[in-house]
Amino acid sequence: MNNQQDPWTLGGHAFTSRFILGSGKYSLDLIKAAVEQAGAQMITLALRRASQGGKDNILDYVPPGVTLLPNTSGARTAAEAVRIARLARELGCGDFIKIEVIRDAKYLLPDNYETVKATEILAREGFVVMPYMYPDLNAARDLVSAGAACVMPLAAPIGSNRGICARDFIEILIREIDLPIIVDAGIGKPSQACEVMEMGAAAVMVNTAIATAGDVPVMAAAFKLAIEAGRSAYLSGLGRVLANSASASSPLTGFLREGEESGE
Amino acid sequence: MTAILSDPGTYLPDMEIIESELLEQVLAAAAAFQPERYSGEDIRRVLNQRECSPEDFAALLSPAAAPFLEEIAQKAQQETSRHFGNSVYLFTPLYLSNYCENYCVYCGFNSRNRIQRSRLNREEMEAEMRAIAATGLEEVLLLTGESPHMADVEYIGEACRLARKYFRVIGLEVYPMDSEAYAYLHQCGADFVTVFQETYDLEQYGKLHLEGRKRVFPYRFYAQERALRGGVRGVGFAALLGLADFRRDALAAGLHAYFLQRKYPRAEISFSCPRVRPIVNHDQPQLLTVTEAQLLQVVMAYRLFMPFAGITISSRESRRFRDHVVGIAATKISAGVEVGIGGHAGKAKGDEQFEIDDGRSVGEIYEMLASRNMQPVMSEYIYLGSEQKKGVAANESFNPPGTTPKK
Repeated sequence: MNNQQDPWTLGGHAFTSRFILGSGKYSLDLIKAAVEQAGAQMITLALRRASQGGKDNILDYVPPGVTLLPNTSGARTAAEAVRIARLARELGCGDFIKIEVIRDAKYLLPDNYETVKATEILAREGFVVMPYMYPDLNAARDLVSAGAACVMPLAAPIGSNRGICARDFIEILIREIDLPIIVDAGIGKPSQACEVMEMGAAAVMVNTAIATAGDVPVMAAAFKLAIEAGRSAYLSGLGRVLANSASASSPLTGFLREGEESGE
Repeated sequence: MTAILSDPGTYLPDMEIIESELLEQVLAAAAAFQPERYSGEDIRRVLNQRECSPEDFAALLSPAAAPFLEEIAQKAQQETSRHFGNSVYLFTPLYLSNYCENYCVYCGFNSRNRIQRSRLNREEMEAEMRAIAATGLEEVLLLTGESPHMADVEYIGEACRLARKYFRVIGLEVYPMDSEAYAYLHQCGADFVTVFQETYDLEQYGKLHLEGRKRVFPYRFYAQERALRGGVRGVGFAALLGLADFRRDALAAGLHAYFLQRKYPRAEISFSCPRVRPIVNHDQPQLLTVTEAQLLQVVMAYRLFMPFAGITISSRESRRFRDHVVGIAATKISAGVEVGIGGHAGKAKGDEQFEIDDGRSVGEIYEMLASRNMQPVMSEYIYLGSEQKKGVAANESFNPPGTTPKK
């Protein structure tokens, strides 16, 4: 199956790529090549890095036709996230906003409580709200009620490249939440991106794993293939996995047949 | 003014006191540090770990780490890349005034040093800022000598408000003040405060800081905490390496930041890594030598201990050292530096604080970074105003909490 046969929508916009690319931590002049190799239709952008008239505006490096996903990095409270989102809209970055509210400078873990508050305000103002969150089912349900367009749980601490540390909790969100689940943060290798797609994630967002790779565009291409492979595997339905051990020679339910034979 | 040789551990009556055991905690850890106790085995163990504890940090500062500099550099580079990618942030210091009421025997601005004193007036400040902004820089660090009388809080606030017209990021490196004054400067646009403790060796501190408010060691120590209480986003720490045992001082500076970040998890932390430099008139006493290799060891130990912290490398250092250390551990580098009063827009009218080694322009630093596959970043920041006093515009006038220290 190719991408064109498997579109998905977010905030009323249709996408065929399920790869959201981050733009931080690597040279601006590699952004275009990374987007192209990733086949990405959406790229995140820290609004605090989008200069307003200064040298090297990151906005100048994003190829046309790609949906900008400004994020609120730098916000420590809901109020600050709201302020940054409004500024992004004023700067012409569109209505998509990825909410990041972080009040821990060491681990950069998102604050779910403040994220819910910001989501509620911004959804009311017509933003397509994409909240980054710690994978907690109750908070995810609150985000749905608050008007989020999707839920973006972290797989591991941001920037850590540690893979799917939060696997069980992400699986719960995929099962229980009726919005696209976009796994964000912590994915370190294409194989891990493939795996979350096999689990049923709607899309994957990757930044550090690509930014810190030896060859940024090549790694972007590798993630593209992995995400597509994982999506195809999910759609096809994963096959039965046999256990390594042999079947017990004396089945536990054998007694049922013994009863039949004796006529009991 | 403080009487000569007063107790450096005693506050002056007008100084804000924070009830805390942080100072005792840091000084006790520094006192207990036995650099000779560590072996190569300890360093190998640290290099194989994912996290770096305070004890591991101490090991990395010990002489046992010296033979492992290359291995440490490899790991430091990975950590820097993981947290900052290839971004390197550019800024320049702007010296507003070199009047000073302290007598710090190693400093060119000290009150006993016969240098050309000066301070910028509003027009001169703006001319300097305009000249700096024209180079493409978006971050400025405002500095003064430590004279609350010649450069009071209102004067610094005026500089911050002007700077907001020209820059996106405003840092301060001025004399320590009360949290109310920090809150005022935060409202004026400053969001980052750096205070060098100079040395954490209290006895040596008393011998080096002979007069002025700076002689009060604990008031300086708690400056970052008062600034955070005033609402700023980030605070910077430094020991001026070479004033005392540099290993112990680096350990204390790291732990100072570490414990404060645990208390204020949202605080953005940064380190500066200065070594003592020659000063005008060259009348400083004999100070301890810290080699480049030892400085690199310290910078990398900071990186592994607090991988998320910003690290600034000073123009005091050689271009060769700076060019390489930004690829390993440092994340911020000054460019187009003038350490006298004025000099960006015209001829300097006041003498400099110390001699710089790397005088390259913004364009030259930019090119150097690009040629090393680093991404120069002029700013990555949005000023989100003040929680204390919402709705105060950058150019709106309002009253500072006090223009001179309380009597």
